[in-house]
Amino acid sequence: MEKWTEEISPQHSLLDLKLKEVWRYKDLLLMFVKRDFVTFYKQTILGPLWFFVQPLLTSLMFLIIFGRIANISTGGVPQIVFYLSGVTLWNYFAECLNKTATVFKDNASIFGKVYFPRLVMPLSIVVSNLIRFGIQFFLFLLIWAWYYWQGSNLQPNTTLLLIPYLLLLMAVLALGLGMIISSLTTKYKDLIFLLTFGVQLLMYATPIIYPLSEIQNSSPTIAMAIKINPLSAIVETFRYAFTGSGSFSWVLLGYSSAVAFFVLAIGAIIFNKVEKSFMDTV
Amino acid sequence: MSNTVIKVENLSKQYRLGEVGTGTLSHDLKRWWHKVQGKEDPFLKIGEANDRTAKGDSDYVWALKDINFEVKQGEVLGIIGRNGAGKSTLLKILSKTTLPTTGSIKVKGRIASLLEVGTGFHPEMTGRENIFLNGSILGMTKREIKKKFDEIVDFAGVERYIDTPVKRYSSGMYVRLAFAVAAHLEPEILIVDEVLAVGDAEFQKKCLGKMKDVSVNDGRTVLFVSHNMAAVKSLCNKGLLLSNGEMNSYGEILDVLQDYSKINMSETSLLKSNFVKKNQEDGLFDIYEAKILNNKLQNQCIFNTKENINIYVKYKVQKDLVGSVINFSIENIANESIIFLSFDTDLEDNRLNIRNKGEYEAFIKIPSLILKPGFYFITFNTGIANFQTFNRVEKCLAFEVTLSDENETFISYAEKRIGIIAMPLLWNTNKLS
Repeated sequence: MEKWTEEISPQHSLLDLKLKEVWRYKDLLLMFVKRDFVTFYKQTILGPLWFFVQPLLTSLMFLIIFGRIANISTGGVPQIVFYLSGVTLWNYFAECLNKTATVFKDNASIFGKVYFPRLVMPLSIVVSNLIRFGIQFFLFLLIWAWYYWQGSNLQPNTTLLLIPYLLLLMAVLALGLGMIISSLTTKYKDLIFLLTFGVQLLMYATPIIYPLSEIQNSSPTIAMAIKINPLSAIVETFRYAFTGSGSFSWVLLGYSSAVAFFVLAIGAIIFNKVEKSFMDTV
Repeated sequence: MSNTVIKVENLSKQYRLGEVGTGTLSHDLKRWWHKVQGKEDPFLKIGEANDRTAKGDSDYVWALKDINFEVKQGEVLGIIGRNGAGKSTLLKILSKTTLPTTGSIKVKGRIASLLEVGTGFHPEMTGRENIFLNGSILGMTKREIKKKFDEIVDFAGVERYIDTPVKRYSSGMYVRLAFAVAAHLEPEILIVDEVLAVGDAEFQKKCLGKMKDVSVNDGRTVLFVSHNMAAVKSLCNKGLLLSNGEMNSYGEILDVLQDYSKINMSETSLLKSNFVKKNQEDGLFDIYEAKILNNKLQNQCIFNTKENINIYVKYKVQKDLVGSVINFSIENIANESIIFLSFDTDLEDNRLNIRNKGEYEAFIKIPSLILKPGFYFITFNTGIANFQTFNRVEKCLAFEVTLSDENETFISYAEKRIGIIAMPLLWNTNKLS
């Protein structure tokens, strides 16, 4: 019997994710991360400082529109801290989702010419956005510390230990959703149109610009709907950890985790199925 | 122990033509329904041979159909065929960027493919960064790349530019760097597609040398796709000829090349009775138009031995020229030999003294009963004789000469008669006794 190292054939197991192969290509993953990071600020003067601009301006705008004009309460938390915490976390999710959702389309030229485990690409997106998040998170920490030092009403607590897990959940959700969308859009591009404003709408369904407690008081039914959104518990917990205001519930966080990992599993399976044939349909 | 490293069995690949759109969904549902019922995919039964020139009835075509071959270790297999014969599809399947529809390929060892060099090069990143990026895309680890880094830079000859973004590179440098990275991969099987089309002659030679080195000294297997028959001939020892997605022949490279030239010649689409200058710039003495015409001055590509072949050419001279000539050559495609060369100064040598600025047209009549049946190319040239070429339009026209339909008395025109041309000569014979 001859020993073949590989067989190329039309049939493949759905669950065979080739994670071992992905591990073998870990250097490639890091190279993609480096590429994303380095090319972001090539030929700029401020360089990585640009990572600060977007969340700061967005928070400032929220502060003016929702804080000053619409007068939405932030539950006693200094407004800039409140908005920046939401925006920083949300940015991570939105960036990951937007990029993974178009991963096949954006990389068709590379995918069409060289083989490597396709999973490397979405994973690299999640990791490179993690660096971006790290920088923006640092900015948030600075501002948060400033207010804390000024004696604002901020009560950091032990929930802070959950922050890495919250990030993981965000990544898992974005990756899972992104892979589902990217897989479905290789053949039928309809979903792409939904994506851009879908992400925007989803932000309003997540307690980014308002605290969940505020909605709870005014309309319990809407609050219920917002709680169904698995992102809500993550954002709420994140904010609770730093400010002590808002709510934290193991049940809701458990629910978010379950949804996130379920979505990831579905995403991985569909992605695995589509990556094999997408070059013919994209 | 057998040393077969690639075994391709009943490999087929089906593509759907036309636009992917609303109609696709219904086909997808039908396919899915058959699958649920445990039946075979209904669309696999249909599908036609992939002849892109003929209008087909089915939306499905076979880009590859029932391909079977084996490659042994250390062999260099040349895959040849006309455009659209399925070469690239085969390589894509081998390099796992797309899946076959049916059949399988079994492989021993790592495959690396250079379907197009420089994949993943990012214009903003420096040469150094791109070597690492491209290397890892091609499957090398960081350690391997580090080890080979100096060798790669040396092979590409871009040391001075290594910390400059590649968008500032000349296109030649870009390609050299890209090829250098790829050439230093160490897979057991290397797939190369048309990379030699770029780069200057010296670099092409270097690349060919490197590939030869890889197969002869390291015992690695190379699959090579090219339209450059000279390169294929010098590099490969086995050949695979594809035509319209099917295997036409497989075996020793020289035999396969022979088969290839046969297909090429019988291919009528090769014939061309019209040429129009494409680029806009005006040279000193440029050919703008050329045609092959019959006696009624209509374009025609196929002539019988008894017809005159008329050549029409239009050219522009931008300033008064001394010593200038225009010529054309007729080349037999089968044995690549030049039949003759004709200058416009042959009979009117006063044109050599002065050729005034202006636009000209010329008709040249090739008398009947000279060319043997076969396929011919025409190449035009302008320039100063033995000194300088202004404009060369290579093989811009192609025509065929066939035996005439009439009862052929001129058996001399039969293809098998030796000689380059065939001219009926009058034998003025007197009976002496």
